[in-house]
Amino acid sequence: MKHMTRKATRHVSQNEGLIFEKSSPGKAAWKLPPLDVPEIDASKLLGSAERKDLGNMPEVSEIEIIRHFTRLSTWNYAIDLGMYPLGSCTMKYNPRVNEVVARLEGLANGHPYQPERASQGALRILKTLSECLLEITGMDAITLQPAAGAHGELTGLLMVRAYQESKGTPRKKILIPDSAHGTNPATAAMVGYAVENLKSNSQGMVDIAALSGQMNQDVAALMLTNPNTLGIFEQEIEQIAAILHAKGGLLYMDGANMNALVGKVRPGDFGVDLMHLNLHKTFSTPHGGGGPGSGPVAVKNILGPFLPKPVLITKPDGTLGFEYDRPQSVGRVRAFYGNFGMFVRALAYILANGPDGLRQTTEDAVLNANYIRKGLEGAYDLPYSTPTMHEVVFSDRRQAKKRVKTMDIAKRLIDYGFHPYTTAFPLIVPGALMIEATESESKEELDLFIESMRSIAEEVEEDPQTVLTAPHSTRISRLDETTAARKPVLRWKPAAE
Amino acid sequence: MRYLPKSPADREAMLKALGKRSISEFFTPIPAKYRLERDLKIPRQMAESEIVDWFRERSRENGDGYAIFLGAGAYYHYRPVIIDSLILRGEFLTAYTPYQAEVSQGTLQSIFEFQTMICELTGMEVANASMYDGSTATAEAVMMAVRLTGRPSVLVARNVHPEYQEVLSTYAHHQGLPISTLSFTEAGRLDPEDLERSITGETACVLIQSPNFFGTIEDVAAIAEIAHKHGALLVVAIAEAISLGMVKPPQQADIIALEAQSFGVPLGFGGPYCGVIATREQFVRQMPGRLVGQTTDRNGKRGFVLTLATREQHIRREKATSNICTNQALIALMANIFMTVYGKVGLRDLAKQNLAKTAYAMDQFGKHAGLLFTGAPRFNEFVVKTSEDPGAINSRILGHKIVGGLPLKKFYPELGNASLWCCTEMTTRTAIDTAAAMVAESEGSSGARDVDVEELTR
Amino acid sequence: MSYPTDFKYTKEHEWIKGDGKVATIGITHYAQDSLGDIVFVELPKTGTQITKGKTFGSVESVKAVSDLYAPASGVVTDVNAELANSPEKVNKDPHGSWMIKINLQDPNELNSLLSAADYEKFINEETAH
Repeated sequence: MKHMTRKATRHVSQNEGLIFEKSSPGKAAWKLPPLDVPEIDASKLLGSAERKDLGNMPEVSEIEIIRHFTRLSTWNYAIDLGMYPLGSCTMKYNPRVNEVVARLEGLANGHPYQPERASQGALRILKTLSECLLEITGMDAITLQPAAGAHGELTGLLMVRAYQESKGTPRKKILIPDSAHGTNPATAAMVGYAVENLKSNSQGMVDIAALSGQMNQDVAALMLTNPNTLGIFEQEIEQIAAILHAKGGLLYMDGANMNALVGKVRPGDFGVDLMHLNLHKTFSTPHGGGGPGSGPVAVKNILGPFLPKPVLITKPDGTLGFEYDRPQSVGRVRAFYGNFGMFVRALAYILANGPDGLRQTTEDAVLNANYIRKGLEGAYDLPYSTPTMHEVVFSDRRQAKKRVKTMDIAKRLIDYGFHPYTTAFPLIVPGALMIEATESESKEELDLFIESMRSIAEEVEEDPQTVLTAPHSTRISRLDETTAARKPVLRWKPAAE
Repeated sequence: MRYLPKSPADREAMLKALGKRSISEFFTPIPAKYRLERDLKIPRQMAESEIVDWFRERSRENGDGYAIFLGAGAYYHYRPVIIDSLILRGEFLTAYTPYQAEVSQGTLQSIFEFQTMICELTGMEVANASMYDGSTATAEAVMMAVRLTGRPSVLVARNVHPEYQEVLSTYAHHQGLPISTLSFTEAGRLDPEDLERSITGETACVLIQSPNFFGTIEDVAAIAEIAHKHGALLVVAIAEAISLGMVKPPQQADIIALEAQSFGVPLGFGGPYCGVIATREQFVRQMPGRLVGQTTDRNGKRGFVLTLATREQHIRREKATSNICTNQALIALMANIFMTVYGKVGLRDLAKQNLAKTAYAMDQFGKHAGLLFTGAPRFNEFVVKTSEDPGAINSRILGHKIVGGLPLKKFYPELGNASLWCCTEMTTRTAIDTAAAMVAESEGSSGARDVDVEELTR
Repeated sequence: MSYPTDFKYTKEHEWIKGDGKVATIGITHYAQDSLGDIVFVELPKTGTQITKGKTFGSVESVKAVSDLYAPASGVVTDVNAELANSPEKVNKDPHGSWMIKINLQDPNELNSLLSAADYEKFINEETAH
């Protein structure tokens, strides 16, 4: 291969089967202390409810478990290894102090039902984080209960519905731009709303004329991602808000791309009525291979009465507590109070940054996206030339002429030592390459990324086959997803004897 | 800022390459009147040592070092240390959702093992990669039953965790889904006669929990028979996963919604936890959440991929089975490692210790106070009825660095001064004896006491 | 791939073959080719009333779902059960792998659909874009 990368080289990784294939009777990785109460006769206590056998659960030793999962771990790409340019996913550095403070005994072992007077530390964390997030968003009230971004959307739209009902009718529709995340329409459907698509204009922004035409008394809210999934700030945001508000609609902001705004502009100031945040994106809590997330929802005062219960309050004696008597609340969206462990981490991140650090973070994220845009313009087609905020979207239009698609380029990027960018999204760009570097990348890493992407563009011209069959350097090559879906094998089973 | 890898010279060079004088030029698309020209009013930038100190202080204010008799959907079990040493590996901690299978086999294979072990333990044929928690998994399981049957109403046992019931009613409210509750018997179990009376051809599913909120194990087979006779599905929530080591799984269920917090996940003041939905193979296409499947690569090598994605929001958008996207992958990995550590034998022995401690505690408490719902088998929770308000008793017990049981009056006013106690392998005989002695003292004294009643109920 | 002349076609890429009161429905070669490997076919139960122009099921590839639109109204009399376990048959033989049979409410509804020649013209225009 002519085009070799400076970033990656082959390394040896260990083979490893399934844990069940290592199991044999009598091996154990556990030891219980001696029982300090009398032994019991389980069959007497449980009768016919007693379970006698745990089927094919494994029996392995501790060293085998350590090696098993350590070996598996080496088959993953990770932020700790390098740039993870997934657009709209905000794969930033996950600070280690976050993990340390989240594991402090009193926080990690706090029971959600322990008395409030023995929970003041946890409640103070909720309070401090809430205050910071309200200041960052420019909103008035907040719930930390939702467990992820999509759960925040659900909570937000439940509040939209409750608000509109309090005004007489829940209304029928939610407007959603064609560039939106799939969670937006899925959420609207869960809350019983019809989804109406809103077209983008040629600059990749909300088409104001279309919005005016579609806005009427049936529309409960517009769900707007800002900056949108093209990485473009909705420049006519003032008008968007005015059009909605004039006809009693609410402006919901999907905060997935808040990393472009923190410390520079506040959604509450530009007309947003409610929004969710993704603590696992903007506020550095780890993605962990797909969660846990956390999706707080911040609202203006008009929506305050509808917040999920319980709501955190300061009591007359100055201590913190929960208020359950909230007659207009949309109810509970989750047991207990939300993903508390993520609150600890997000707050640690905010404290480590302070106002100056958060602003610099946003500036660096936007600088990085623009640097990549500049570096790849010319090699890849840029469908929208509107200024870029925190991420940039190219298309595979040029490469498609050689039958090379965005997914092929993404797979080839793996050989160059990077994780792929987001492919085939947003839907309004056919063959999209959606790239978000975040603030966590140094100039050197960005230069390597640009060099790699340009090199792949050359390969497409000279030797498309290499790109089409990538990746070449991984443990496994492209997998047969068709058979996986046609004849799903979703669990291991012992070989038939 | 110590997380940012750029020198002033780097920034300068990048700006120059972009033909910009200052970074503020990139923010001109934002209308000028909205641009924030001041510092955010948040605490100043702190050193790492200051951050640790600040949270240590909060930790101390948070009941650090108490013995806990609280369960009720969040259980205090021992967490083997290898869980944290493994999940803190950056390759697990800082990876994204494994959409790019070639560079995500570690996460994918571990989820496949997780799905397998959940199937083994629950007796179901398929399990997903996780849901947010037990409460939302339960709500989604009910929605799934509604889609599967095409029927419009739901029956819920009143002894399902009250907060799970609240979440379900939030989810169901806008689906136009009527929910009726079913009463419980003196044994604390679902009242089968009430079920027979209430179930109709319109009932999509019956939702129960086992062990239920009072710790009692339900007669799942009998309930399933009634539900199935009427063409309804049976959804079983399991909040205490350790029970699966000792208690027969609800195999007659059609859908199981499990909270896996007990499998190595810290109490963490209520989250993050790990919900899971498990079901029969024939229902898999209506199941929400991510699924990992086994397949082969071009060279015939075994590998794993996210599969059946067409159920999900990023493809089916408003027609998806759920809007769920991010789930609880890292927490599922904790549970996965926990299940692997204890395995086939350890999980049973662990469950047995829970059972033994609980049996002992019930003996001790039962000598002095009333025990409710004793007519059916139970796992590691029991209900104590006292003459005095349990909040007042708890207030005194707290002085011994012990957190007493959960007063039930708020959720079940008809139970009066009842409280729900939980013992796990972590509960010492000394703590049990101390708490039982305090209850005995309360029962032995006459009349109400003039004490500051701790507001425990919420 | 040639399009049978005794079939009628929709712009949503279903084919229908009428035979008196009864009609057989499937998807076209063009549809299966643009979807790629089909992994699942979701079809209505026998006895279901379907309505011309409305969805009656869906076909799924690994990363896409397409709704199936009824070329004509009627009641489903038969469903091709084979497709449940072998969806790949739609890829291999789209015009032979029927999906449902219906009792036509109004056989005249077929007259408004595209002929094989018209359909081929239509898809040629589609691909030209």
